[in-house]
Amino acid sequence: MAFELWKGNEAIAEAAVRAGCRFFFGYPITPQNEVPEYMARRLPEVGGCFLQSESELAAINMVYGAAGAGARVMTSSSSPGISLKQEGITYMAGAELPAVIVNVMRGGPGLGTIQPAQGDYYQATRGGGNGDYRLVVLAPNTIQEAVDLMQEAFDIADCYRNPVMLLADGMIGQMMEPLEWHEPERRELPPKDWAAAGLHGRGSHNIINSLFIDPLACERHNNRLQEKYRLMEQRELRFEERGCEGAEVLFVAYGSPSRIVMSAVDLLAAQGVKAGLLRPITVWPYPYERLAALSREPSVKAVVAVEMSAGQMLDDVKIAVGGCKPISFVGHTGGVIPTQHEIAAAALAALGR
Amino acid sequence: MAIVYQKSKALTDKELHYCPGCSHGIIHKLVAEVLEELGFIDAAIGICPVGCSVFAYDYFACDMLEAAHGRAPAVATGVKRVHPQSPVFTYQGDGDLASIGMGEIIHAAIRGEKITTIFVNNAIYGMTGGQMAPTTLIGQKTTTSPLGRDPSHCGGPAHMAELLAAVEGAAYVERVAVYDIPRLNQAKRAIKTAFEMQMQGAGFTFVEVLSSCPTNWGKTPLEAAEWVREQMVPVFPLGVTRDIRKEAAK
Amino acid sequence: MAARVTFDQDRCKGCELCTSVCPRHIVVIDTKTTNRKGYHPAAILDLSQCIACGSCAKICPDSIITVERL
Repeated sequence: MAFELWKGNEAIAEAAVRAGCRFFFGYPITPQNEVPEYMARRLPEVGGCFLQSESELAAINMVYGAAGAGARVMTSSSSPGISLKQEGITYMAGAELPAVIVNVMRGGPGLGTIQPAQGDYYQATRGGGNGDYRLVVLAPNTIQEAVDLMQEAFDIADCYRNPVMLLADGMIGQMMEPLEWHEPERRELPPKDWAAAGLHGRGSHNIINSLFIDPLACERHNNRLQEKYRLMEQRELRFEERGCEGAEVLFVAYGSPSRIVMSAVDLLAAQGVKAGLLRPITVWPYPYERLAALSREPSVKAVVAVEMSAGQMLDDVKIAVGGCKPISFVGHTGGVIPTQHEIAAAALAALGR
Repeated sequence: MAIVYQKSKALTDKELHYCPGCSHGIIHKLVAEVLEELGFIDAAIGICPVGCSVFAYDYFACDMLEAAHGRAPAVATGVKRVHPQSPVFTYQGDGDLASIGMGEIIHAAIRGEKITTIFVNNAIYGMTGGQMAPTTLIGQKTTTSPLGRDPSHCGGPAHMAELLAAVEGAAYVERVAVYDIPRLNQAKRAIKTAFEMQMQGAGFTFVEVLSSCPTNWGKTPLEAAEWVREQMVPVFPLGVTRDIRKEAAK
Repeated sequence: MAARVTFDQDRCKGCELCTSVCPRHIVVIDTKTTNRKGYHPAAILDLSQCIACGSCAKICPDSIITVERL
């Protein structure tokens, strides 16, 4: 296969089409506008339907309808728009509907800025809407990884009948990188005989619903959902380790900052300091066990979390490390990007050098 | 023996939970009868609201989706775009459609979304215990307008049949009532026309039904039906406000 | 005209809408009966007067009335 140069947002959209997504509902917001724009051109070519909705809120409800009717469907937005979508996402989790939601993160809170950030980690991994639910959250750090994950995301969603989020940031959305299109491993998926697609001779009608007004019925439903999320935790965890063997400094970072960390690792190596990186690829499920084990390695003297936020994944780092090693944090909000120099300096400071 | 009237096959066997004399039961029947008569039960997909009729998914025999409050037109849009050959309808109350869902209904009409919306207007919020609705009449007392709706404070009632008649994507818009048999017969004709025009691809179709809420109006069912006729009809006139077939003939 | 009208009395909520639309005024609330919901259900006073118009059945919100004509 040949390498092709693609812009992140457009690649993500094309990956969805290759995964069989034929319906897109969304609303313009920077820095992800190329996603709906690409879908507007591309979906009619494959007999799909692109519709620009009147708001992000309307879009996620259109996704709910299309998913409930049995289709492969997605939406995309950026931070403030994802806030609007929380209603639809919790309804979809409750009604057990599959779909892919792409968040190309920008600075916040509120309107914030259009520059890249990672300030939606809590929202994505703690379930930003009401109630007890989880999404599998995929966090690529290259455009190649974004398209690979995106192609799998729809299968993951269908496998569990649950929404899946692709958590990117404005850098990944806007930059261009070479990539190769791979055919992803397809999962064995059950037919969507639960969908509200019309009786067509079926004996009993299908209802798509998240309301279980009787408390015992609602708890039974919740227990079933929790069982599903446990399965996701067992089966969908992904992470990457780089140079952790014998490392003094253990970096933890996901998305774009993880690449800057690798530059910091090189700077530290030049100064004789061995540093490694644990990079979550799913931020839910989170690699707690692996991080706990790595941080307990005798060589590790300091754990350094790097995020483009005030420190949200930092909570999960603290949970995993469990106080066994000191934890430092390097981060910027407001769309400011940390540099490899300040990351390396923070690591040295954590080592007391 | 010839059957003059029996319960529609498009309704399930589940007993309705609505209050005695609530118009929901009547309107459910009219929609069900139309679906049955047009042969649509097998293909139809309905979207129900949040409100007293939140459980409508248990009462209609076709496939149903529960929507978030006000979002039924957006959910229906998703459904209809996936299944353009299926009859798709939303069933919504006045809080759902005219308050929180105002954006969604207007835009569905603007897009000429080929769906049918049944709008149950009883000028009050039923399920939550009688608060003011966008369609509450001036002077009408509700739990959140205890001294009567004051237009200088919060305006007057929203006229959805007139509002949507101004939208080009709306193919058929009519306001009806069900307080007596002649009105009920007209309501059924309107609903039938709306579904027929949806399936002809004419555009967005909408039927507003003036309805009773005996419990929250503090009236008996018969008094409530009288109140619709005497108090609501002068404010919300019955009739067709938009018919694209007549526009084309001009 | 011979008509048969059946009321599923246990599902009746005693709303009285049927009593108001009968052109022969033969649909009444049976105050001597209390159904399992605690309502006085509707019933027909004199079936021989029934013209099988179906109005009572049409307006019943709970679809408890079936009307047949011979």
